[in-house]
Amino acid sequence: MDEIKYASQSKTLIVRRFFCYLVLTLLAIISLFPFYILIINSTHSHMEIQTGFNALPGKSVGINFLQLVRTQEWRGPNGEVIKAFGKNYPIVRGLINSLFVSTLCALVTTYFSAMTSYGLYMYNFKLKKAAFRFILAVMMVPTQVSTLGFYQLLRKMNLMNNYLALIVPAIAAPAVFFYMYQAMEATLPYSIVEASRVDGCNEFRTFNVVVLPMMKPAIAVQAIFSFVSSWNNYFIPSLILEKDHWTVPLVVAAARSADYMSFNMAIIYILLTVAIIPLLIAYMFLSKSIIAGVTAGGVKE
Amino acid sequence: MSDKKITKAPAEKPLKAGKKEKHKTVQYDRWGYFFIAPFFLIYVIFSLIPLVTTFFYGFFEYYRQGLNWIGPKFVGFQNYAAIFNADDNIAKYFLNTIIMWAIGFIPQILVSLMLAVWFTNTELKLKAQQFFKTVIYMPNLIMASAFAMLFFTLFSPNGPIELLIQRAGLRAAGDPIRFFTHAGWTRVLVGVMNFMMWYGNTTILLMAGIMGIDNSLFEAARIDGASPMQTFFKVTIPLLMPIFVYVMITSLIGGIQMFDVPQILTKGSGAPNRTTMTIIMKLNNYLTISRNYGRAGSMSVLIFAVTGVLSGLVYKMTMAQYKNK
Repeated sequence: MDEIKYASQSKTLIVRRFFCYLVLTLLAIISLFPFYILIINSTHSHMEIQTGFNALPGKSVGINFLQLVRTQEWRGPNGEVIKAFGKNYPIVRGLINSLFVSTLCALVTTYFSAMTSYGLYMYNFKLKKAAFRFILAVMMVPTQVSTLGFYQLLRKMNLMNNYLALIVPAIAAPAVFFYMYQAMEATLPYSIVEASRVDGCNEFRTFNVVVLPMMKPAIAVQAIFSFVSSWNNYFIPSLILEKDHWTVPLVVAAARSADYMSFNMAIIYILLTVAIIPLLIAYMFLSKSIIAGVTAGGVKE
Repeated sequence: MSDKKITKAPAEKPLKAGKKEKHKTVQYDRWGYFFIAPFFLIYVIFSLIPLVTTFFYGFFEYYRQGLNWIGPKFVGFQNYAAIFNADDNIAKYFLNTIIMWAIGFIPQILVSLMLAVWFTNTELKLKAQQFFKTVIYMPNLIMASAFAMLFFTLFSPNGPIELLIQRAGLRAAGDPIRFFTHAGWTRVLVGVMNFMMWYGNTTILLMAGIMGIDNSLFEAARIDGASPMQTFFKVTIPLLMPIFVYVMITSLIGGIQMFDVPQILTKGSGAPNRTTMTIIMKLNNYLTISRNYGRAGSMSVLIFAVTGVLSGLVYKMTMAQYKNK
């Protein structure tokens, strides 16, 4: 009797497990399918894409890429003129600009957030509680609601079309601060700081030499996240950057504004591939710590 | 993270250091101001002052007409009346935003809950979890603007999706659905994109919540003969409620800020017929196209008020864990 019950139980378990894998596989396919089409189509020519859907890669990836990055039209082997799109959609420049802005944002935001949380965690001063509460209260305020004032301020400060307008405000990042603060509570003992004081380090030296290295895991996770969000940022850059300073999302947006019907589709696909793939490759290497970071950020109880 | 650690550590310090060398502690503690100064300086200059000036503009007539600027001239609440009265009523854009958010969020929370339960189930013991988590989280990192552009391309009248539908015989060849001419389809596609971008993230958050539940409760339920369904509804759901509410409110705050996806998808027009124009798209419109700073200001105040109420709830939930301080 017991055995039968056990057998039937394990049978339903197998069925349930099968169902789970089925759904998971389906979701994985849904998540990956758009990127599959993206990569496949970026290897085909405009004509091939127009005539039908291809499941296998084509041979045009080289010419597509050249057309995308070159700034002047040139002649092919048969003397035909090949158009170049690099002038209208400066994606290489965009990648360099994005890399520059995002790296600096990530550095600035993690360093100063660690600094702020250290100040509130280690010292007991009069305004400590008020400061902590203030930061938490403004954590969820959307940046968009102060955009008009921000825009006017940048004009007065002569910071329009200047990367400083994106990098300097990254110093004050309430959400990153909160994560760092929690990480300090979990990993930073007071005794270490006291030992450093006894050794004669001043407070800033203690922070830079003793505390920062101990916070490396938390800093790494937040550096990744702020890099990604700055890399993907579209709203504010679209308001303040001119074409010579465009970052990747602005180049992508420019392609959307083009006359779509007469556009070379292969160029759109290769452009999106170039815009998306660098981050995907980085994600392959960092996915473990990214997912661990999301988990840690989510634990509230 | 355990509550004990949080509450113990800060209390320890004044006791230990305070008694031995009181004046020295005081000297050290002043350093705190130097450490937090950059944050507050930058926050005040680049966020707080702009916030105040934005609100200020809300009470002024200030816009561009042709090449001339009209105003600024104080008009009281006229801008507020205008954004509610004009033929493009702000309530409409708010509704658009909420509808598109809900289309993405409802399946998102259901699927995420299901996956989180599966991933944490000790009976099922699913393999390749890291792989699945990596894959389902991936779209979250993709540039929203590029993702929207990709969807636009895939679903365009001569794009691969229409071709596949026609090849499958669901539509006659040469007679595409033209997704972006239908309000329903366009909204659904925006919802699908939001779903894809966020369900992985929500799954991981809910998983963390479930793993925080004492495992013996699940064991007890199983020993008492509860079915998986009963365990889910009677044990998991009630205990998961706080994190559930947290996920929902933060998602709603994010939803109100929806911009990149519909902006790129519709080239900022909110096509068809402004049915996909979100509230931030409209704000962006006032800022960059019609250049009506007065209305942009009053609109910012309203967005701030709505998100402010929601943020207040998040703040309360976050502060709850620092209560003992």
